[in-house]
Formats: sequence, structure tokens, C-alpha cells
Amino acid sequence: MSCVAVPAVGANRAAPLPPVTMKTSLTVNGKRHTVDVDTRMTLLDLLREKLQLTGTKKGCDHGHCGACTVIVNGRRINSCLSLTLQHEGDRVTTIEGLGTPNKLHPMQAAFVKHDGFQCGYCTPGQICSAVAVLDEIKAGIPSHVSVSLDAPMRLTNSELRERMSGNICRCGAYSNIAEAIAEVAGQTA
Amino acid sequence: MKFDAPAGINPIDRMAVVGRAHSRIDGPLKTTGTAPYAYERHDVAPGALYGFILGAAIAKGRIAAIDTMTALAAPGVKAVVTYKNAGPLGKGSKNTAKLLAGPEVEHYHQAVAMVIADSFEQARAAAALIDVDYVRAKGRFDLSAEVGHAPLQNDSRDKSKPPSLDRVGNFEAAFAAAPVTLDATYTTPDEAHAMMEPFATIAAWQGDKLTVWTSNQMIHWTHQDLAKTLGIPEANLRVDSPFIGGGFGGKLFLRADAVLAALGAKATGRPVKVAMARPLMFNNSTHRPATVQRIRLGAERSGKLTAIAHESTSGNLPGGTPETATAQTKLLYAGANRLIGTYLAALDLPEGNSMRAPGEASGLMALEIAMDEMAEKLGMDPVEFRIINDTQVDPEKPERKFSQRQLIRCLRDGAQRFGWSARNPRPAQQRNGHQLIGMGVAAAFRNSLNITSGARVRLGRDGVVTVETDMTDIGTGSYTIIAQTAAEMMGLPLNRVVVRLGDSAFPVSSGSGGQFGASSSTAGVYAACVKLREQVAQQLGVNSADADFVDGHVRSGNRSVPLAEAARVGELVAEDTMHWGDLDKQYQLSTFGAHFVEVAVDGFTGEIRVQRMLAVCAAGRILNPTTARSQVIGAMTMGVGGALMEELAVDTRFGFFVNHDLAGYEVPVHADIPHQEVIFLGEADDKVSPMKAKGVGELGICGVGAAVANAVYNATGVRIRNYPITLDKHLDRLPALT
Amino acid sequence: MKSFSYERATSPAAAAASVATRPGAKFLAGGTNLLDLMKLEIETPTHLVDVQDLKLDRIDATGDGGLRIGAFVSNTALSANMHVRRDYAVLSRAIQAGASGQLRNKATTAGNLLQRTRCPYFYDTNQACNKRQPGSGCAAIGGYSRQLAVIGTSDACIATYPGDMAVALRVLDATIETIDAKGQTRAIPIANFHRLPGNTPHVETALTPGELITAVTLPKPLGGTHIYRKVRDRASYAFALVSVAAVLQPDGSGRVAFGGVAPKPWRSDAADAALSQGAPAVTARAFDGAQPTTGNHFKLQLATRTLAATIAQATTSAKIS
Repeated sequence: MSCVAVPAVGANRAAPLPPVTMKTSLTVNGKRHTVDVDTRMTLLDLLREKLQLTGTKKGCDHGHCGACTVIVNGRRINSCLSLTLQHEGDRVTTIEGLGTPNKLHPMQAAFVKHDGFQCGYCTPGQICSAVAVLDEIKAGIPSHVSVSLDAPMRLTNSELRERMSGNICRCGAYSNIAEAIAEVAGQTA
Repeated sequence: MKFDAPAGINPIDRMAVVGRAHSRIDGPLKTTGTAPYAYERHDVAPGALYGFILGAAIAKGRIAAIDTMTALAAPGVKAVVTYKNAGPLGKGSKNTAKLLAGPEVEHYHQAVAMVIADSFEQARAAAALIDVDYVRAKGRFDLSAEVGHAPLQNDSRDKSKPPSLDRVGNFEAAFAAAPVTLDATYTTPDEAHAMMEPFATIAAWQGDKLTVWTSNQMIHWTHQDLAKTLGIPEANLRVDSPFIGGGFGGKLFLRADAVLAALGAKATGRPVKVAMARPLMFNNSTHRPATVQRIRLGAERSGKLTAIAHESTSGNLPGGTPETATAQTKLLYAGANRLIGTYLAALDLPEGNSMRAPGEASGLMALEIAMDEMAEKLGMDPVEFRIINDTQVDPEKPERKFSQRQLIRCLRDGAQRFGWSARNPRPAQQRNGHQLIGMGVAAAFRNSLNITSGARVRLGRDGVVTVETDMTDIGTGSYTIIAQTAAEMMGLPLNRVVVRLGDSAFPVSSGSGGQFGASSSTAGVYAACVKLREQVAQQLGVNSADADFVDGHVRSGNRSVPLAEAARVGELVAEDTMHWGDLDKQYQLSTFGAHFVEVAVDGFTGEIRVQRMLAVCAAGRILNPTTARSQVIGAMTMGVGGALMEELAVDTRFGFFVNHDLAGYEVPVHADIPHQEVIFLGEADDKVSPMKAKGVGELGICGVGAAVANAVYNATGVRIRNYPITLDKHLDRLPALT
Repeated sequence: MKSFSYERATSPAAAAASVATRPGAKFLAGGTNLLDLMKLEIETPTHLVDVQDLKLDRIDATGDGGLRIGAFVSNTALSANMHVRRDYAVLSRAIQAGASGQLRNKATTAGNLLQRTRCPYFYDTNQACNKRQPGSGCAAIGGYSRQLAVIGTSDACIATYPGDMAVALRVLDATIETIDAKGQTRAIPIANFHRLPGNTPHVETALTPGELITAVTLPKPLGGTHIYRKVRDRASYAFALVSVAAVLQPDGSGRVAFGGVAPKPWRSDAADAALSQGAPAVTARAFDGAQPTTGNHFKLQLATRTLAATIAQATTSAKIS
């Protein structure tokens, strides 16, 4: 048996700075919050831990899955890769801001109808993303699969699938999610 | 109740609620973000401290020294749990490796410590301040180096026998005599469950009583194993897991999050919550082990198989079990001479264990390519080749019939629906511009298991029936099909049934795994409802045998009484457990299907994209076509991942899975998956349970990978036998540039 | 993630001065790569200077017919900009091929240029990595290298520059404008912006400490056909195995840069000059001296075939047999 002592590689083990806290204000689902946060606190952890809005999910915490998707100032982002302090004055919409069990948003209702989820963990992110995707198409923002950069954006199945690709569903509800979104798009088009 | 004879007519057969497409009853909660997952229980454990787990930096060896002083002195830190202060820990009966390392390290990223602090940010930062000195030991990390000398496992049905090949007839002689033969080796890589919700637990002690809110598929196993690991009486432990963000077998067992949360809560006297960081999950937890599979087929020129051999080698930690990739080959096709061998190498990679359809998923990826290759050698259509080798009996015990087997119909119906006749049997003939188009087929097969399963049902004064069982819903639709079962049995609409799941305080159920959950857990609810019906009849003074429960009423003769009337003087409570007789010995209980796939391969770059998918499934009664279809399309999606992209890349020098995050371990995204079509044959299997239903959640992944592989071959003419089928594997054999 | 203090700068010069004078300080733009790395303590800044208030989010025409893109312009805004779509389509397409909609909404032009490698050994702090910890070695050499570079590497590092946008900027001959702590500005041609690893793989760009990217400028439009072709295992939300950014002219001339193959967007004049001779001639020159591993050797052939696909798309001349 060969024995090698392994030195730690890479981590800087110098004594840490004490935590720094700062105050900031932002609006979440129409409600203004002034919070005093550790500078390190992500928007995701602010929502889930401090504001106890646990509908926004932490799947990977590294921008690889999309479960943490929320809508900030009308645009969807991964809340895991954003510091709370970057959002001074921002308007944040989470899944809780779209609808409630007794008053579902049309996208939420379509997901239920088309069984666009299974375990439910990626679902709030999928729904927030889907709502924002329809706005992006309406705003004429092109995607990787847009046939032309000149023509108006079209709401095709391949456009939906490409634009939703930042939201992973390991249960594999994709086919049903696409149908749910298409239905809502049809209704609002 | 014991199910030991084929089911007769029973209240489920009315199918007023069961068998109908119902939206999930938990849908409004899940789509609004109000379903509480394990880490989100601010309601039950307010003010919890935060844990952060540190994983081992080596694959094998020991911890020479572990210094937690700096971490302990860091802001907000309340405690650091390591093997040095954890006290004596047992090992769960279902765990191969220990869940807290020290001093031995058994695999990479095995937990070595957890920091507990006031905030997540503080705990995470302090975890990086722990200094661990390791002494690295030599390990075995390369499965390919073990093939040929890995020890044989017992592959016979009698598990008391010593390791042996499972033989029927004389394979060697038949193979030598066969005019058409195939001898090929296939490999499948290590795969990750990669469920979206990480392992997560909140633990809280009250005196010597512990509650864990966790994310787990098998409440009873985890209840037993956590008690055993901590050395506490099972009576002092409650495990609660009402919502689970995906499992796929990854959450069958007690894992480090629950143990460490409990230890951390003990150390601090406060509730502790922990979610495993995603980059730790791939090496810390279990995975589907890689396989190397050799398949030999011999056939007459007519296409009749005469010789079938399937040998599979996989690896695992010492004490672990093999990936049973040969399982389906014992039962799927006729053939008089058979040889099955399973070999298991000791490897020091992370623990291998069940992932969706363990055994068959990997085995069919190989077998069903082999069948495609053999069909081509025979000049036969691959659908017809499978059909002529169908068997209605267990090939090893011909007196033992399949309870129901409609594989042929799955293949025929699917071929017609998919437009299979348009497939050119000669590969690399179909073009769409610069795309090479191909179609593939594969059979799907997965055994149908049943597990003892209990439930409690309550009839309230308001006429609402509440079902309580420790069954879990991991996205499978358990809430809904259990509600449908109780509604059918008690003659109620779905909205008059409440279902409560996942709590160890409830009767022990089958749990979710092995696609046994739907059949077993609803059968347990059936049994409890039979008892409740008897109580209701007694309360109402009618004979339960001729009482009809329908439309919220109990009817007997000319009498019709509202069901709620039976609980007028007080809630009625009934509990029962479904036990299983030996029908599964008398009959082979299995599920069947056929997968059809069309792919497009870019003739320049070799990129493979799936264009169409169809699955035809025969799995007994389908309790809820909506949720069952979702199970199948989800499994098909995972199967596409396994076919085309999923691979835990092993660093055979240092012994770990290198691509240990969701960017490096690619699973399918929306853009990879086309519209998927699923057809269920209308069946009801009276040998399997009073529900006459089997599972489908694993059937859907069985064979789909091979159907993709066969479609790729049909498109390109390049046969790839090593999964995943990535473009680099056929690039040099694609059409030349001109 | 280590603790840090945070400020929002009010002018580019003040931001540069703040980072230059505070040891361990870094700029924060979108944060989509920096926060990812901070969570793993691969990046450990002690102070973050948030540049979102610097009004660097405009896209304007330049005097010489080109375009000036503010450093803080989001990937989404840049790829959707009508001038970019019309005159620099390869850039619009490259951005759309990267990451996800969510990430493109947050990621910025400057931040994307500074995106660090996705080498899995760089990301695992238990493993030796000269880029993360100079002098510790390179575990990727001899390890799992399928995604890693085939050219421009060294004995110290075989990491790939992972981005898409910069590959298009390279083919467009963009210029990176910066300001330093003293208020001095300079313009760095993109060809000189990213460094090859040599013996110092931790030095990734030409930027000096505290130097802030303020804009990226594009010269006047090239015309021609703009194509960005990205090849990956899954259909979206994945880094390139190989990508090709090309601007092709009707006479068969043009420019081409490759992504996913080198520590920087990979382009050579000699390769461009061979474009009229077809893809194999181009890649023979572009990848002259390549040192692939057994795990990524396929990228050489893939680069040729991807370029052939690109040319085919533009001209319908190249074909497969």
C-alpha cells in the first residue's frame, strides 16, 4: 500500500473577515422589504430563508438547473447567482406572486391541466421561466433557433423548447410543459 | 389482507374514479410553490441552524488529522461534527459505505465533517476552514481493468447456492451449432440520479425524541436505518417526508444529510437544517454502476433463437451488490439454451446502487442492441425478429406462465402507429438535407414486484375519507392514485378524499421504488378500505357483502344512506396491510412495452437529435392515465439522457467522478426532447393485485436507450456499443466531406 | 464563500481606483460566473465593487461606422440589438448559443469576456490546478480532458476558454476599451486580450490590477454571411465541444474563429487566407501544432467538419458524400 500525505490544494485558509452586513430595499411580489443582510446572501437565500418564500427552489446553487428562476424587473434570472445587494430598488416576482392554490395564474393552471410536472421541485422555476419566455417572444428577443434575426419572433414548438432549456426537469415532464405553455400562449396571443 | 388468489370482481372494477385521467391533487400546491419540501419547514422548525457538509478530498485512505479549531472560531459557528465527536455510530443495513468518514475514507466526497452555524453563509465559509490531513491508500477505480477476473456472483434463483452461472440446456453446443451468431460486448457508464432537489433534512430533538423532516422515498427503511445509525430506539424517531423533489432510487436510503443533521441538532440543542451542496452529491451518494456486458446469440436461419448468453461485470465497494444487468435476459425471449453470468469487481469508487430500473435499464441497453444486430445478420425486420422469439412462459421453467404478456401487441401496434414500415432496413440511406435519418425499435421489459403495504383510512363526521400511509410521492402521482383508490372503494368523488403521506407515524407501506409503489400502496389502501367498508356496514346495520358504496351513499337493497351517516357518532378508523401470497411464484409477473424512436444525425458534425418517440406499454390496469403517461415520458427522457449524454467520467488515477455538477453531468434539457407519445394497452391483471395494476415508472426507461442506439445505427450505419453515444464515437466513420 | 465588503461605484474611474487600491478587491458585474466561483472559494475577493450604476449599458454607433457596446450591456440586450442583428449577426448568434435565457439576462459583455474556464479540475478545489493555485500542478493532464483544449496549451494547463460571445468578437476584430485607476484609458485588440497559459495559466487576460473594461467596440460592418455554429452533446445549455464563428464573403474569402478548442478564441490569418480552399485547408493551418489528448483528439476532425457545415450553410458548396 502506498501512502501519500495529501496537502490541501487551492483553498485559502487565511482567517476570514468577520461577516459584513448591509441594508437594502427591494420589492417582492408587490411588497416592499427593507432587509439587513450578510453581503454574501444571494437573492435566492434571501427569498427562501429570510422572507420564507420557499416556492423558489435551490436545485444546484450554481446556475446549472434553473430551479431558482424568478422574474426581476420583468426579466427572468437565476436568483442563485445574484447577490441580494445587487437588487436595491428592484421588483422581484416569484412563484408566490403569480398565483395561489385557490387562484392559479393561467400558466399554473395549464401546468396542472397538462401534468407539466412530477416531483414539483423544478416547477416554480419552469413556470416563472415560461411566463417570462412569452414576454421575451412578444418583445422580439431572438433565440438560438430563431430562423431569422430580421423577421418577427414566432412562437413555435422549437422556440419554446430552446428558450425553456435553462430549466432542467429531471422527472422529464418536458413534453407536457411544452403543451402547457403553448396553450397559454394560444390563449393570450 | 393477503392476496393469494387471482382477484375476482371487486369495487375497483367499477372504475368510476380509478382508471380515469385526473389532474394531480397536489398540483395546485406544487405549481404555486406552496408544497413544503424538506428544507423548507419554517413552519415546524423555526429558527433552525444551518449545516454545511465537507466531503473527503481523497477516494481511499484515512484521515491522519482533522483540525476544526479555525472553523469553530469562525463567526456564527456553533459546532463542527466529525467522527471524533460524533460518538459511536452504527451503519444502516441498506448502506454499503458509512455516511460519516473517519478515520477510514471509503470514497471520494464521503462526508468528513459538518459545520453548524447561525447562517448558511457562515456555515459554508467555515467548512472551508477545516484542515484535514489525509493518508491516501491505493485504490481500484477502473472497471475495464477488472473484466475477466471479477468474481462470479450467484445468478440462480436459489440465493443459498454458491456463485454459479445460471444455465438452461447447453449454451456452448447450441451456440457452436447455430448458423447465425453474434458475439459482442457493450458498455454502459456510471450514471447519476441527479434529482432536482438535493438531499435535505431538518432535524430537531425534544429530549431523547428526534424528528427529521427529510426527502426520502422509503420512510420505513430510513426510519430503521437512522435509528440504527444513531443507536436510538425506533420509537423515539419520527421521519416525515410529505414532498420529495425527485429520487429515482437516489433517495431510497438513509443518506448523510439526515445523519449529520441529527448529530448537529444534538450537538447544538437546536433544530439544524442541511441541504447537500450539488457538487458534493455525485460522489457522496449512490449512482447507477457502469457495466461491461458480453452477449452471445445464436439463431436458426428462420430467426428462432437457439442460444442466448448474457454476462455482465460491474463494480462496487466491498460489501456492495452487482448491477443485475442480465435480469431481463432470463425472461424476455424464448431459446432452449441459455447462460447467464454476473460478475462483481471490488472498486473504490462511490457506492453503486439502485437507479430507475436497476438491472433492466442497463441490461436492455445492451440486449436490445444485440437483438437489432442479430436481426440485421438474419436479414429480418427487428420487430418481426422479436415477435418470433416471444415466449408466453418462463424459459427456465416452462410450466410457469406469464400472468399477462402482450409484448407482441406492443410491438405490432407501435410499429403501425409509428410508421415503421417506412424505415429502410439498410442503414445510412435516409437523408433530409445533410441530416441522416434513422428509426429504431426496442422491447421494454420490467418485472412487476409487490411489497407489503399498509394504510389507515378514516371516515370523518363530515363524510371525508382521510388516508394515512407512509407511502411517498416522488413525482409518481401517489397522492392522486391513492385518493382515486379510496374514492372508488368508498364511493366518493375525488375531492372528498384527503391523502396524507410520508410520515413514519403512519402505517408502513411499500414506499417508492422498483416500480412497485403504485400497485403495492394502492393495494394496501384497498385492504384498509375493505375494513372500513365493513365498519361502515356494521354501523349502518347492513350486510357489507351486498352493500354498494356509490355517489357518497351506501346502498343495500332498497336502503340508501349517506356515507357520512356511518360516522355520525364518531370517526371510523380502519387499518390494514396487504400481504402477498405466492402468485408471483406461480406466475411470472412482468410489464412489457415497445419503444420506437426516430433520430436525425448531422452528417457533418455527428450531433444526434431525437425527432420522434413512441412507447406502447402493457402494464395491467392503468390507475390514472395522466400520471402514468407522465411516468413513462419522464422515463423515456431519462433514457434519452442515458443513450446520448449521461456519463459520470471516472478519473481512474484519483478515483472520483470528475464531472460532479449539473453543468458537467449533462442530463436532457427541453431542446433535447420532442413531443412524446405513449399508448397503454387496456389490461387488467388479476394475478398481480386486487387493483389489477402494475407499475410503469421504470418500464418507460427500459429499452428506450437501445431504441435510440438502433435508430442512430439505422441513420449512420455506424454501430456504437459504448454508451453514451456521443458524436466523437462515430465522427470518423460518417460520410466523408467532399 | 468568504466574507467581503461591497460598494456600488459611481464612476468608472472611481471603480477602477477602488479595486486598484484595495487588495483582494474585484469588480462585480452580472455575477453569474464570479458568484459561482466564490461559492466554491475558487475566487475569494475581500471587497466587491458593483459596476451596475456606471451607465455602461448603452450601445451606440461610433464615428467610423462601427458600434460601441457598453461593458454592462446584458447578453440578451446585445444579441437582440437591431444593429447587431443586422450588421454583426455572428455576434448575435454566438450569444444566443450560450448559456440559458436566465443567464443571458444577467451576464454582461465585460463579464462574459472574463468568464473563466470550466475545466472540472479547476472547479474541484481538492485537485491540483495551476490556474487556481499556481505551482500546484495540473490534474487535467492525464485526466478527463474531453472538453479541454487541443491547441495553445502548455505543460502547465490545458484549460479551454469556454465562452461563445468572445469567439464572435474575435472574428469581428473587436477592441476592448478600459480605464485604470489613474483614469487612463486604452484599447486592447481582442486578439491580445486573452493570454495563452504558458507557465502562468492564472494570468488570463491583458488587464492590469484594477483596470476596468468600459466598452467593446466593433469596427464597421464586414458584410457577408454571418454564421455561428456550436456543436455540443445536448441541444442547448451546454458548453461547446467545438464552435465556429465565421463571416464569409460571396467570393469565398472570409474570416473564421474557433471556440471550445483553445485557452482563447482561436483564429489565425493563415487559416483565414485558406478559406477559399475549403474547410480542411483552413483547419490544417488553424490547428497546426495542436497537441490534443487521447480524450479530445476528436475535436480536430470535428473542427474541420463543423467548418465544412458552416461553409455549406453559407454557400451550399461543401457537401458530405
